[in-house]
Amino acid sequence: MKQASIPLEEYMGSGHLACQGCGATQAMRFALKALGPQTALVIPACCWAVIDGSFPHSCVQQPIYHTAFETAAVVASGLKAGLEMRGDSETTVMAWAGDGGTFDIGLQALSGAAERNEDIIYVCYDNEAYMNTGIQRSSSTPYGAWTTTTPVTNYKRRPKKNMIDIMAAHEIPYIATASTAYPHDIIRKMAKAKEIRGTKYIQIFAPCPTGWKLAPELSVKMARLGVTSKVYPMLEITENGQKLEVWKDFEPSSVREYMKPQGRFRHLTDEELDGIEREVEANWQRLLAKEKMLGSIPGLA
Amino acid sequence: MKKVIMGNHAVSYGVRASEAKVISAYPITPQTHVVELLSEMCANGEIDAKFIKVESEHSAMAACVGASAAGVRTFTATSSQGLLLMHEMLHWAVGARLPIVLANINRAVGPPWSIWTDQNDSLSQRDVGWLQLYVESNQETQDTIPQAFKIAEELQMPVMVVMDAFFLSHTYEIVDLIEAEKVREFLPPYQPEIKMDVNDPHSFGNLAGPDMYMELRYMIQEAMEKGIDVIKRVDKEFEKVFGRGYGVVEAYRCDDAETILVTSGTVASTTRAVIDEMRDEGISIGALKIRVFRPFPFEDVFEILSKAKKVAVIDRNISFGGHGIFYQEIKSALYGRTGIPILGYIAGLGGRDITPSVIREIADKALSDKNPERYINWIGVKR
Repeated sequence: MKQASIPLEEYMGSGHLACQGCGATQAMRFALKALGPQTALVIPACCWAVIDGSFPHSCVQQPIYHTAFETAAVVASGLKAGLEMRGDSETTVMAWAGDGGTFDIGLQALSGAAERNEDIIYVCYDNEAYMNTGIQRSSSTPYGAWTTTTPVTNYKRRPKKNMIDIMAAHEIPYIATASTAYPHDIIRKMAKAKEIRGTKYIQIFAPCPTGWKLAPELSVKMARLGVTSKVYPMLEITENGQKLEVWKDFEPSSVREYMKPQGRFRHLTDEELDGIEREVEANWQRLLAKEKMLGSIPGLA
Repeated sequence: MKKVIMGNHAVSYGVRASEAKVISAYPITPQTHVVELLSEMCANGEIDAKFIKVESEHSAMAACVGASAAGVRTFTATSSQGLLLMHEMLHWAVGARLPIVLANINRAVGPPWSIWTDQNDSLSQRDVGWLQLYVESNQETQDTIPQAFKIAEELQMPVMVVMDAFFLSHTYEIVDLIEAEKVREFLPPYQPEIKMDVNDPHSFGNLAGPDMYMELRYMIQEAMEKGIDVIKRVDKEFEKVFGRGYGVVEAYRCDDAETILVTSGTVASTTRAVIDEMRDEGISIGALKIRVFRPFPFEDVFEILSKAKKVAVIDRNISFGGHGIFYQEIKSALYGRTGIPILGYIAGLGGRDITPSVIREIADKALSDKNPERYINWIGVKR
């Protein structure tokens, strides 16, 4: 994984309202370090609507516009247009939403913004359920997981929605996944996104100890094991969806090692875990095949 | 310059003259011409604005929220289902105190599908906190747009300009076009004190506990209560520059009228013709047009109606299980201060024509009706 140095400047204070071990909070801290002070944020309903702090306080030094659940991408589009009409084309506008606001209720507005190729960075901090409302399943919740709306007797039996492929189908200039276990990588990808004009989509794997029934001190470890077990591949898609690069330079670990410490998977039998392992490997192979396929088309990068 | 244009284009010319900087909209009949002409004006440089062509009305209002938050003049237009889809973001614009201007072309709500006019779309947004101005002619439509921006920016409140589908939106009339250069004398560039700005960063709209929320709501009501005076003053200022003014209500032959018909929108024009005809017959009757629905001009309405002996309200809308919506407001304006009978008439829903003979029928019924308890009288319903 390519490294970037971590800027010393802090734009996020310690007085935020997140739970212990919150991945979404780590993700924001690193993202802001990469983007710097000339950044305006749009945050819909999600954990971060609370983490920011209550009026008149904010734990972030950059301006934030809080908005309705399904509108992050389009309010960011409007904000960018407004700033440009005011003569400010330098400010980076970043929409910052959870997986509920991205995969589900905000998908339409995000698709609209991406199709128009609005000059915004859209970050989804993905903790794989509606955590702010108290752990309900989203279309980002993985197969097998417990949530309060997918009890252990009827755990989620559909796979996580492939949001990356959906965004790639919009032919936007930059798409990436990232993980809170790799801050250098988050910073590199955010900095890269900042320099690209058009819609940038970055999906950050952000563990939620509260919702995953996980010890807070294991948050970063899970963010790493999710990647090294190939459950949550790290990738970049450039050239308007035509070039895919998958990060493979890691010491592989087992899916069971990733799932065992998480209470949300505790009910799964050995047989069910075997099935999940097979599916993870199949997804990984499909991804590598796609990387190879895109790389082999004459005339494409 | 005078030009024969449709009502929808009168909106577009009003927006051009007001020099809006960001426009965002989604097509819907009968509004579509408004934004078609605006997108053309943006494309050919007639207006220096960005047009965000969104995928829904909900997003249109959300884009306006973002743009207005950046501190620029922002406009959208819609109708019916589109306005209803915006509902959540209409509230957002109010809570965020954003001076967005929206033109709503009154269209009936489905099902069954109807593209024709009635007021239930805009009136069902009564309590969101938008100011609502109902216009009657193409000239008034165009002139009301810059007025709306000025009112909105002074009060830091969003304003809806409302007009009838087809009877106004698709009807061609002569309009004296206003130009941006002259409008600037009336409407200076929008320079808000508070906006999204990296050099003066704030967090907007974050959590406010029970110790704060109520005060913010109080301030919205305060702005609304100031609204009537602001609308009147802005109208006078417009009149000074352009020689045309419209008021918050318009009384027609009401001074000595025993009976007054209360109307809004294009029905007001037809009603005036009927009043003239009845006056010729020696009947003591007048008409009151309500131009401003929110904030409701309670005092102006009381002043005029309290001199009458009977009031008849024509509503092109209905609050199911209640009454006509203008009727309720009129009753509220007169409550406890007069004993005048107030009669309510529901007419013209889903675009059914309100012709002079329909208005005459309402007037005749009102004159002969001895039972003031009948709050709802349906006109022309096949039963």
